[in-house]
Amino acid sequence: MTEPFLELVDISKIYPGVVALDHVSFSVSRGEVIGLVGENGAGKSTLMRVLGGVVEPSGGVIRIDGVERRSLTVADAIKAGIAFVHQELNLFDNLDVAGNVFIGREPLYAGPLKLVDRKRLHAQVRPLLERLAVDFEPDTPLAELSLAQRQLVEIIKALSLDARLVIMDEPTSSLTLTETDRLLRVIAGLKAEGVSVIFITHRLNEVKECADRAVVLRDGRTVGALGKAEITPAALIRLMIGRDLKSLYVPPAAPPGKNVLEIVEARTETYPDRAVSLSVRRGEILGLAGLVGSGRTELARAIFGVDPLRGGSIKLEGEPIRIPTPRAAIERGVYLVPEDRKRSGLLLDFSIAENISLPDLASYARARLVKPALEIENARRQRERLRIRTPDVATAAGALSGGNQQKVVLAKWLSMRPKVLIFDEPTRGIDVGAKQEIYDMLRRLADSGVAILMISSDMEEVIGVSDRIAVMHEGAISGFLDRSQFSEHNVLQLAVGHTV
Amino acid sequence: MQKKDLSLLILIIVVGAVVAFINPRFLLVGNLSNTANQVGMFGVFSIAEAFVIITGGIELSVGSVIALLGVLFIDLIVNRGVNWMAASALIIAAGLVIGAVHGALVTKMRIQPFVVTLCGLLIYRGVARYYTEDATAGFGFGDSFPTLEWLTAGRTDVFGFPLPHTVVAIVVVAFVAWIVLHRSVFGRYLYAVGKNEEAARYSGISSDRVIVSSYIVCGGLTALAAILIAMYTRSISPAVHGSFYELYAIAAAVLGGCSLRGGEGSILGVVLGTILLQVLQNLVNLLGIPSSLNFAVMGTVILIGVLADQYLVQRRQRAATAKGRLQAGAIAGAPADRAPAE
Repeated sequence: MTEPFLELVDISKIYPGVVALDHVSFSVSRGEVIGLVGENGAGKSTLMRVLGGVVEPSGGVIRIDGVERRSLTVADAIKAGIAFVHQELNLFDNLDVAGNVFIGREPLYAGPLKLVDRKRLHAQVRPLLERLAVDFEPDTPLAELSLAQRQLVEIIKALSLDARLVIMDEPTSSLTLTETDRLLRVIAGLKAEGVSVIFITHRLNEVKECADRAVVLRDGRTVGALGKAEITPAALIRLMIGRDLKSLYVPPAAPPGKNVLEIVEARTETYPDRAVSLSVRRGEILGLAGLVGSGRTELARAIFGVDPLRGGSIKLEGEPIRIPTPRAAIERGVYLVPEDRKRSGLLLDFSIAENISLPDLASYARARLVKPALEIENARRQRERLRIRTPDVATAAGALSGGNQQKVVLAKWLSMRPKVLIFDEPTRGIDVGAKQEIYDMLRRLADSGVAILMISSDMEEVIGVSDRIAVMHEGAISGFLDRSQFSEHNVLQLAVGHTV
Repeated sequence: MQKKDLSLLILIIVVGAVVAFINPRFLLVGNLSNTANQVGMFGVFSIAEAFVIITGGIELSVGSVIALLGVLFIDLIVNRGVNWMAASALIIAAGLVIGAVHGALVTKMRIQPFVVTLCGLLIYRGVARYYTEDATAGFGFGDSFPTLEWLTAGRTDVFGFPLPHTVVAIVVVAFVAWIVLHRSVFGRYLYAVGKNEEAARYSGISSDRVIVSSYIVCGGLTALAAILIAMYTRSISPAVHGSFYELYAIAAAVLGGCSLRGGEGSILGVVLGTILLQVLQNLVNLLGIPSSLNFAVMGTVILIGVLADQYLVQRRQRAATAKGRLQAGAIAGAPADRAPAE
């Protein structure tokens, strides 16, 4: 139990301009369960990728069974017995349980045809299933299993590879309570067999329940490790926050006006049994905080008409409206700057000018024929206004940097008459300079009377830019914060489902 | 003119020159006029196909539709005494309906275009054969439609060159299609949906409506081609009439720069692609290559063309990413890199 199986010493990962991991050190003993916690962007995923051999650290030492290495390859990680249970499971729907567990390693009949010996395959899986006391068979088609059962298949796959360390990335985020209990029991079982577990979660109570030790990451650094007796949600939150947030806040020019957008009891496809109500006022920036997967993007998509609303209603300037398609939203002046600008925000092969004119193309046309001169004229105007750095608005949007691409998406909507602008992670993947420009633009837009709903997982951004914050937790609003209540602590409390 | 179109034009001229050098009969007025007539007929349904391919779809039933509508057209005017103008309108309406049905199946029922139109290919061919009881449909002695015949299969002497009226048809169709695709709002939507349907939807484009429209345009133009071809052949054996024409159409579109992934291609390119295919057909005949090798020659030339194009595209992309990296600096890439999964 005390012999350290894996040791990380001063692991760093520096991307140009960003320090993702900053001298992270901790160790894992045989049969130890470690809860790894930290905010969005604290460096948990990068650290896991270092352990999986996918990301090469910029510095530090990884010691496995006393053997020192500078970095791991994927093959090293597998050989060392490190296995992953990912959030998005890497399983094949069209195979059965046994086929998934032994994918690529199927027992074969002798002979040149390499036919799979299904009998032997199932026989090999059965003891593993019994070990975890699961309620499905080797030949159950994967498609018939629930998400929780699929996770168990992933764990079984890890065991079949003689895993000594199983890393689980938010395994309970979409499980029911009973399923979570069973998973925690499975983890206890692994521990009893001497298998170590690193358990990444946002559910702090689970850490308290099952971890021997909690390691807290913040801004890429290990800021603390708590022993079993010290783990409490409050202690964890204290460690997770506590950095100095630069104050970005620029107050609005005038107090906010009447409600422009009102969401009443809205239900999305992902969380059909949770209702969300919120409103955004004229001239206000409402920040929408929450952990990844809390249902914020789904809400934005439903408001913008990309996904159907499963219930509830939307009011615009007091008038109930229906938004079945993005077209309907756009006609009403409700616009979305989506999270994934390369996939949903822009046509990368279209020019800057063509991207900007697309939602309102009829205005750039005479007798349904597009006048490129009008498009270019407007694009140049937007280029000056938003300071899009390109010599030529005929350049393909795909050739621009992230920040400039985001400005092009914004230019689309600013060329029209926005009443409500929804931003989903407005500055993800954007360099610092462009970030500030986008914040300035947000404030100017709000001051010009636009109601802004800003989804953000960046704590500094949420606290520094919003006039008010709504926090979501598992598909529902867990609380609203006024500026006087703004603190990382409060946002985080609400985001993990506690009250302030 | 885009670079791609220009290189295609050069290829046509080179192939034409080689054929003319080996067999000067290539340049005889009669031969050129006949080839032009073929280009006219094949061009119309190749442009039809291009509309669907640009939105990222595929239409495999072109040949069968040409057989079915051809049979119906001749039956209407020869056996049922329908006025040829009314008959033409009916046939084109039928083409539009077929397109609308395909479009609805693709968008509303979410069936893959390949499957929808493959079923169409089988169904329309079968119906055409059943309708005529596998007999050849044609004009009897004394059946005469002088105006219709002049319009569709006639030729007008232009400075000593008998210009087939199908060429007039393709010029008009190509001109209108060019305006629609390259100048109109609808054309921009077609490319946007073909390039990235999701981003198009996020920009407020009703992608389903755009896709259905592309199939409707395709159906209507295919019907027009069906009439032209019926009047040219004057007799239709429903078992073979128009078979493989969808492949000529796809080949012309691909040669003309359309990507089967959608979002690319130009009308000029498709017309040039049609011309190249017909010149190759002519080459097989004139150079004494066994006509059984016809498809093999065409396939080889298309393959070489696409390979050369692929090579050029990759070279351009490599140059572009190298340039992009310099421009963007490395900073922009990093946070995106660590963003997912937390």
